[in-house]
Amino acid sequence: MRKINQLKMIFDSRSINESFSRMAVASFCSQLDMTVDELGDIKTVVSEAVTNCIVHAYRNEIGNIYITCTVFENGVIRITIRDKGCGIENVKQAMEPLYTSLGGDRSGLGFSVMESFSDKLKVRSKVGVGTTVTIEKKIMGKVK
Amino acid sequence: MSVTIKQKNNIMTAQIKGEIDHHTVPSIRDAIDDAFVCAENVTELVIDFSEVTFMDSSGIGLVMGRYKLAFANGKALRVINLSERDYKIMKMSGIEKLAKVSKKGE
Ligand SMILES: Nc1ncnc2c1ncn2[C@@H]1O[C@H](COP(=O)(O)OP(=O)(O)O)[C@@H](O)[C@H]1O
Ligand SMILES: [Mg+2]
Repeated sequence: MRKINQLKMIFDSRSINESFSRMAVASFCSQLDMTVDELGDIKTVVSEAVTNCIVHAYRNEIGNIYITCTVFENGVIRITIRDKGCGIENVKQAMEPLYTSLGGDRSGLGFSVMESFSDKLKVRSKVGVGTTVTIEKKIMGKVK
Repeated sequence: MSVTIKQKNNIMTAQIKGEIDHHTVPSIRDAIDDAFVCAENVTELVIDFSEVTFMDSSGIGLVMGRYKLAFANGKALRVINLSERDYKIMKMSGIEKLAKVSKKGE
């Protein structure tokens, strides 16, 4: 796949940035002439991954969240959301529907939502080092 | 983001306007719960999503929490006017087995 454009951004893990980050990625991706639905899918998956960095990775601190968004020639978008937070001990368990380590207001469905609104989801994590979530989505775009 | 509360007969409706995410949920939750706890003669709480412009899985926690509050007080919960996407997200939680959940125009 040939890369045609790329966005990189770093921002504080503050909840006020949830809205900003999903809008920024969506507006960068809109160069692909996406449908409203596809744009919504992108916003949703970014929001889930960024929220996880804020509430889980940097639970008791403020740290950096790194997003790279790459647009490929064939209309595929790859978004990586990375943190240098606590990491995940058991990724397989974390990705199971309804699993949450926090309870309360968390539903444990963040990874399920990311999976459902993208084509590919990959999670790499190391305890004490951090987590990288990679999401790929092929944009079909508006029918001309 | 704002919440408009209306009461007609025994039904209290909370209309949410704007984006629902982990950042906005606390103030939406407080606005609904404060009104719900103070209201008199309410038998059903309705959450209206017609003016919601974005929701992620944080919306599930919001609705589940309001269901638990209503249920604990012997009241029913209904969620109305969900967009196609928000309905799909909401259904992942199985909430439709506990409360009436409907899409826009239903
Ligand atoms: N970036 C992250 N850093 C550390 N832990 C994470 C991260 N993302 C997810 N997790 C873990 O995976 C679990 C499941 O995540 P998710 O499906 O989004 O559900 P929720 O956020 O509602 O708990 C979380 O409860 C948490 O334990
Ligand atoms: Mg989550």
